[in-house]
Amino acid sequence: MTMAHSEAGTDLNATALERSARNEQLRLLSLCAPALLLIGIVALAPMGWLSGLSFVGKDGLTFANYERLLHPSYQLTLMSTFQLAFVVTAICLALGYPLAYLTAQMRPRAAGLVLLCVLFPFWTSLLVRTYAWLVILQRKGIVNTWLENLGLIDEPLRLVYNFTGTTIGMVHVMLPFMVLPLYAAMKSISPDYLQAAASLGAPPVKAFWQVFVPQSIPGVIAGLIVVFVLSLGFYVTPALLGGGKVMMWSMQVERAMEVYADWGAASALGVVLLVMTIGVLWLISRLVGIGSLIERD
Amino acid sequence: MKHLTRRKALAVGAGALAAPAVIGSTSALAQQQTLTISSWGGAYRKAQRQAWFDVVEKELGITIKEETTSGIADVRAQVASGRPTWDLVQQGNYGGAILEKEGKLEKLDPAILKIEGIPASMKGEAWISNLVYAATLAWNDAKYKDKKPEKWADMWDLKSFPGSRTMRRSPVYNLEAALIADGVPMDKLYPLDTERAFKKLKEIKRNVAVWWASGAQSAQVLKDGDVDMALIWNGRAQDLMKDGAKVGLTFNQQILLTDCWIIPKGSPKKDLAMKAIEIMSRPEVQARIALYINYGPANAKAFDTGVIKPEIAAALPSSPENAKKGFVLDANYWAANLDKLTEKFDLFTQE
Repeated sequence: MTMAHSEAGTDLNATALERSARNEQLRLLSLCAPALLLIGIVALAPMGWLSGLSFVGKDGLTFANYERLLHPSYQLTLMSTFQLAFVVTAICLALGYPLAYLTAQMRPRAAGLVLLCVLFPFWTSLLVRTYAWLVILQRKGIVNTWLENLGLIDEPLRLVYNFTGTTIGMVHVMLPFMVLPLYAAMKSISPDYLQAAASLGAPPVKAFWQVFVPQSIPGVIAGLIVVFVLSLGFYVTPALLGGGKVMMWSMQVERAMEVYADWGAASALGVVLLVMTIGVLWLISRLVGIGSLIERD
Repeated sequence: MKHLTRRKALAVGAGALAAPAVIGSTSALAQQQTLTISSWGGAYRKAQRQAWFDVVEKELGITIKEETTSGIADVRAQVASGRPTWDLVQQGNYGGAILEKEGKLEKLDPAILKIEGIPASMKGEAWISNLVYAATLAWNDAKYKDKKPEKWADMWDLKSFPGSRTMRRSPVYNLEAALIADGVPMDKLYPLDTERAFKKLKEIKRNVAVWWASGAQSAQVLKDGDVDMALIWNGRAQDLMKDGAKVGLTFNQQILLTDCWIIPKGSPKKDLAMKAIEIMSRPEVQARIALYINYGPANAKAFDTGVIKPEIAAALPSSPENAKKGFVLDANYWAANLDKLTEKFDLFTQE
């Protein structure tokens, strides 16, 4: 009797609790509604509309906008887009990791100063930074003039209007996106682990590779994803520093607008890039588990 | 005079407001009194306003409203809407030819097409040129001190003229220049032998330091010394020369390019638009454009009016003296082949 009674009571409580939890969720959802609505209106709806347009040609529904992409020109562009994104990401990691490591070891005040320097480029527009690289790297630019005055070179080096210049400019733009997640991950690694490793007899190099590096991996992956994905869609820097020799996918989008003056032709390219990017993210999440990155505490 | 026009326009405007209340049919008449012209923005349209629009307003007693176009996509959208709000639109010559091919334009009055002084290569059934500029050969004058380049073949002559080049990131102009450099006479270019052109272009591909994507970029790389020789719009090179840069330019073998008027299909004011085109195509009106901007009139007779001084005419691609050294880009050829050849060109630059 009493047991049945108490069971019924728990049931009631459980239902009430469940209802209250559901209400709470609804309330939270309603708070999120403006943001969701905004994203829906300014991001998802136009994206859906553009994707739809890519299947529309002069005579109704068509795959013509996609069939065109089979031309070898687009394949080369796709390859060079991934190649550039890959090289930029790799260099950003090579430069960013030591910097983030050093910063994470510094006193808070010094670290703040370094981080300020890392963020400093964001204070000037992308266009200004890109033109600054032109001034530095061009044939009669600062670098070539110095090298020539020092007698190190006879002929000016081709530092810009090619793959090299584009890579330099893009690494500059992308480096903060690598350093910041790395720093955040490294900051959360307790120095106690390294001390423990040392006290157990690990030399510093071994402690670093076997204890510190594995724990910084989530930051590394976050940085790699952000830099790689942003690089895939880059436009301004390759367009200005590539001299027309580095063809990025985004430049083909512009080309489609210029030549076909038609949203469908351009949006097909956009859809392909979007699918590629989602594909890359999916691949990474399969390899390392993207959820573990987000839910890490 | 301008005041008078404004007042007149105001009166007409008031009439338009009152008319529907009185009698429906007069409103169409009142509406006829504004004409919307869409053209490229900035200094370009400002010059057109001063040289041409003011004259049209005065003569027809109308008000011209200005809008900005960025190319053929706008016109397509206007026509697709069923009731274009632009009555008269400025386009590049092969933009005009493409739209004509697509049937997006009103055919022009035969009277307009018969206007004397505008050559057949500068008009179609539904477009007529109003401005002329050119793709020309320019170079760093400090680099080539003694012997100056004078023809497209010199761009390919790396022995006499060593150094780097810039050309446009587009097949348009480059294929023509390559064929001329390979010995094809200017009047036998079209239809282009594209295989031969790309083969010739390949010879100097390594020396093309920059494939320029904008007029500003072509001028900047020439000025900064990144390139020694350029296929460049004449106005861009001449601006550099005006600023004191050591730059040389020849009109020899120049590729003449034009911008043109078109009327979107279905324009309710096409008759008024035709009248405006007729006025703006007259030699004495055409000539005025050279007073306000560094572009030449399309009507060759404009140079006989005395409005354009000889020293200004010498710097304009379409002056009789310069025009005969070059040829007019075939708008219809590019209207038909731009997409395929651009793909081919993009493959060429990436290989």
